[in-house]
Amino acid sequence: MIRFENVGLRYGTEAEVLRDISFTLQPGSFHFLTGASGAGKSSLLKLMYLAHRPSRGLVTLFGRDMAMVTRRDLPELRRQIGVVFQDFALLDHLSALDNVALPLRMAGTPEADVVAHCSEILRWVGLGNHLHAKPSTLSGGQKQRVAIARSVINRPRLLLADEPTGNVDDGIGMRLLYLFEELYKLGTTVVIATHNEALIRRFDHPRLHLDNGRLMVLPARGRVELRAKDARANDSAWE
Amino acid sequence: MALRPVRPRSDLPLAVDPSSRFLGWITALMAFLAALALAGAMLVSDMAQRWDSGLAGGLTVQVAPMPGAPVAPLDERAEAALTVLRSTPGIGSATLLSGGEIARLLEPWLGSGASDPLLPMPRMIDVVADGPVDIAGLRLRLASAAPGATLDDHAVWLADLRSFAGAIRLAALGVVVLIGAAAVMTVVFAVRTGLAIHRPVVELLHLMGATDRYVSRQFERHVVSLSLRGGGIGLLLAGGTMYGLHRASQGLRASLLPDLALEPWQWVVLLLVPAALALLALATARWTVLRTLESMP
Repeated sequence: MIRFENVGLRYGTEAEVLRDISFTLQPGSFHFLTGASGAGKSSLLKLMYLAHRPSRGLVTLFGRDMAMVTRRDLPELRRQIGVVFQDFALLDHLSALDNVALPLRMAGTPEADVVAHCSEILRWVGLGNHLHAKPSTLSGGQKQRVAIARSVINRPRLLLADEPTGNVDDGIGMRLLYLFEELYKLGTTVVIATHNEALIRRFDHPRLHLDNGRLMVLPARGRVELRAKDARANDSAWE
Repeated sequence: MALRPVRPRSDLPLAVDPSSRFLGWITALMAFLAALALAGAMLVSDMAQRWDSGLAGGLTVQVAPMPGAPVAPLDERAEAALTVLRSTPGIGSATLLSGGEIARLLEPWLGSGASDPLLPMPRMIDVVADGPVDIAGLRLRLASAAPGATLDDHAVWLADLRSFAGAIRLAALGVVVLIGAAAVMTVVFAVRTGLAIHRPVVELLHLMGATDRYVSRQFERHVVSLSLRGGGIGLLLAGGTMYGLHRASQGLRASLLPDLALEPWQWVVLLLVPAALALLALATARWTVLRTLESMP
């Protein structure tokens, strides 16, 4: 699915923010991406969702060498990647439904199907009553769910999320991670960048850990069982 | 006040751009000027056509008095000229004008004295051709049969008229081309500004898999909508102006001006002005967006 070999990334003439990054993500895997602030998590995600090209090294995505991919080929590859941006990146002048509909409209999906699918997924994330609400009228957690709905509406092969729990409380954060895990179980490759250790410990997945621009792949450490009050919080998180 | 695009939803909030606020009104002004230029060119063409068709096929033979010259009397030479004309292939009719008719023709220059029988008036023959006429051969035969006879086929006058009409048409075309160039520059400016303002949104759309054509279509819809509405307003203003000029020209007692009424097909041509502006805006927006996006990752 994804293979990085000795990848480095620098912005302009600055020092490399990522150095000698090498790892392979198998299809249908789930990884956390961890590291301190400034360790390069967002930069690594940007390489994965093709916002940047590496300064050096080899990046292979969906079996294609990114060095050989032309600008014309990028849209098709990007449509196979769902991204949840740290700041949600919702378009303020569009409704929740129109925001979620963007990937489908780009893919040329018939309008009737667009409305039906987007309404369904927004109901699935608990926003059935906010289909036509503008992002400015939604809470942080609601915006986050719109962003997630948009990232998965076209069933991406790869789902990347940059600090998806950074703007929500732990209860909603847990619920979001359960959503990602459901997608992972459906076969989507998932990478979640987060520094929330408490949440990470509750899921049994390996992690890619960045430290000062260098990457270590850490195995899963086993799931920490939820306490009863956390479970109750999760159940009511969407309410 | 800004003209708002009709389409309510667009991935890019172009309708609220300061750069596009006046695009519709600028387009209205351009459509107004282009429609007036085209209408003027068509009216001049019509006028030249009417003069042309009025004179084409018409010939005038003048038999001048030649006092003291050893030639036949004036009336005999006029009759001889008539005989030559009526026997010439391509001549439909040849009519000798009476003295009264000639006096009326000369009255603007000579006043009432034109009818003075003491004035040595020439004889005039009005000739209508119904086919090709050998003008050079006819001149020779007239000169031989009726000394002092000259043949005027209005070629110089018609050439000047056609040249004038052509110049007017060219000038109008130049105005339309200049308006088109101004429209292109306006759209390029508005689109580039829009791209600069909404660069983060465009980058986001790209990251979600939007093609450059998808992005350019957003701009195309926006400028076409504004151009059609602005062009429609400009055309309405031009139509009102044309109607006003037509009414004003009808009030003139002397027919100094040509008829300023347009034919139905000419109105159809004017109706194409907003459509042409919209097409130009569409092509310009597409070209500008695609060229600009090529530099983006």
